[in-house]
Amino acid sequence: MATSALPSTATKPLGGYRTRIKVWHALILAVLGLICVIWVIPLLMIFSGSLTEEATLVNTGYQLIPPKLSLEAYQWLWQDPSILLYSYGVTLFVTFVGTAASLMIMAMLAYTLAQKSFKLRNVFTFFVFFTMLFNGGLVPYYINMSRTLGLKDSIFALILPYLVTPFFVLLLRTYFATIPKDLFDAARVDGAGEWRIFSRIAVPLSTPALATVGLFAMLQYWNDMYQALLFIENQRLYPLQFTLYKLLVNTQMLNDLAMQTGQPVPHLSVTMAMAVLAIGPILVAFLFVQKYFVRGITLGGIKGD
Amino acid sequence: MPYTVNIEIAPGAWFPGVLTPQNSYRKIFMLTEVRQPVLKTPAHNRLERLAMAFRKEIRQHWVLLLMALPGLAVVFIVSYMPMPGVILAFKDYKAAKGIWGSDWVGLKNFAFLLNSGTALQLIRNTLLLNTAFIIAAQVCSLTVAVLLNEVYHTYLAKIYQSILFFPHFVSWVLVGFFTYAFLNSDTGYVNLILKSLGMTTVNWYAAPQYWLAILVFLSVWKGLGYFTIIYLAGMLNISPEYYEAARIDGANKLQETWFITLPLVRPLVIINVLLAVGRIFFANFDFIYNVTRDSSLLLPTVNVIDTFVYRSLASLGNFNLASAAGFFQAVMGLLLILSANWIVRRFDKDQALF
Repeated sequence: MATSALPSTATKPLGGYRTRIKVWHALILAVLGLICVIWVIPLLMIFSGSLTEEATLVNTGYQLIPPKLSLEAYQWLWQDPSILLYSYGVTLFVTFVGTAASLMIMAMLAYTLAQKSFKLRNVFTFFVFFTMLFNGGLVPYYINMSRTLGLKDSIFALILPYLVTPFFVLLLRTYFATIPKDLFDAARVDGAGEWRIFSRIAVPLSTPALATVGLFAMLQYWNDMYQALLFIENQRLYPLQFTLYKLLVNTQMLNDLAMQTGQPVPHLSVTMAMAVLAIGPILVAFLFVQKYFVRGITLGGIKGD
Repeated sequence: MPYTVNIEIAPGAWFPGVLTPQNSYRKIFMLTEVRQPVLKTPAHNRLERLAMAFRKEIRQHWVLLLMALPGLAVVFIVSYMPMPGVILAFKDYKAAKGIWGSDWVGLKNFAFLLNSGTALQLIRNTLLLNTAFIIAAQVCSLTVAVLLNEVYHTYLAKIYQSILFFPHFVSWVLVGFFTYAFLNSDTGYVNLILKSLGMTTVNWYAAPQYWLAILVFLSVWKGLGYFTIIYLAGMLNISPEYYEAARIDGANKLQETWFITLPLVRPLVIINVLLAVGRIFFANFDFIYNVTRDSSLLLPTVNVIDTFVYRSLASLGNFNLASAAGFFQAVMGLLLILSANWIVRRFDKDQALF
């Protein structure tokens, strides 16, 4: 875009400027292209690993281009997809219920914190944001969740911790505060209550912010394995990421499954195939929602985590 | 002339006999409250006023209050209920006795942590790794953003940006997967290449000296796109007039970058760095834990506070060490965030957290 704005007078005194710019530009494209190739290779590795024959993997190891394509791993998974289906079910439930609940709770909270006439908002704001500065640490958190609340081996242990993320509340509050106050006042004069103003005016006007926060929340739920690592022992309640983690760490898990099906496990390729199946939905989602993320990051000024 | 008797009821006087709907307890009560100032000390008065303001606030904004309630409840349950538990750092925790019943041991937990030698290792690794991550992330993303800013085919720039941003969506578990595919000693791709080149293979998961570089690379892989987007947006906001003026003065691309682009995105960089520094005592548990596969041989360089706390808790069941390390982390974290925020405020008030 820089060269397109080049004033025509600049070509004369600077002889060869255009050619130099072209070489420079080609060089930049090449460097960026190289970086992108490096960026894609890891995912290609997982993908090709899932398509390689187990025997090849054992003998020669993972390769970027499989010597011989084989669907062995996917076929094996297809025979007994229960483990994958359970994990998918848990993750889908947690992601959708969690995101919906969290978005609603955070939007309501952020809206009240954005009301200037609401005097308690200062107290509440401090209450929420203090948790960004200080937390009790893992041990008290663990005792609280597992002993006091009794959430060990409960699916709510996967949902509750991410319901309210102070940073997202901050973001939403800032967005709500940018809505012109006159709109609210006009509605109030017409006799609308707070709830009606919130649901009919504030929420529809904040869809970009809500979409961004919703997507971030969704990603957080989908990719989380930490809460499961802490609180979930029942294999039926493993979310997807935790199942994958267990598969990589614990080869025994697949062997147990093989006992049931009575076939040798193509362990190396099956783990990679499961990774592909886990990454698939994210890849598809990414293509659709990427622009909202980019907009959210640049508009809302979400800072790096 | 008939005369009338004026019966004046002192405001607030209470006549049990004349209670009518018009003159109810409630009304009388309110009269006393409003019209008859009782002699009070100033402090008492202020408290009363505060209570009244509070009651008025609730009457006026009870809907808002109800709306805030679920969120506040979640924050209370998830974040505030565990907070008193920080005292465990000074106690010898026994599950049977609970948090409050366990015996006080003073600073013994901290002393143990220091004497075992892990404390220094933990602090060094956490600070070293995080510092390396921060520097690498900023340098790489600024470079890439500068390069992307020069690409004037919009569609190409978009494709590049998408590819670089994609890792943000990939979970750390999957990062652990491909790291394993690359680095495991028997079937890993890197060793395969080393072998074909006639070099000696490396047992990566038992060689701690390489992991600083590996972790830095992976953190850049995952985080580059995110910061690039932030910086690219900042660069697109720079007025083209600056560049035109520079070009007329005969500046080349490098000079343009160095004297215009970078100085103008500097505030963004400063904010990002300071916010990251505020969290320098907190490592990304998912990252370290998944990528190193919790290999005990790698501990000398990758053992950070978060993984240590988890390991003491989960595999050793040692609540005392974990609490002590966690307490140290929480306090240091608080101090650093406060000071980082103080500095951010001095640069740009809007960017400060509070």
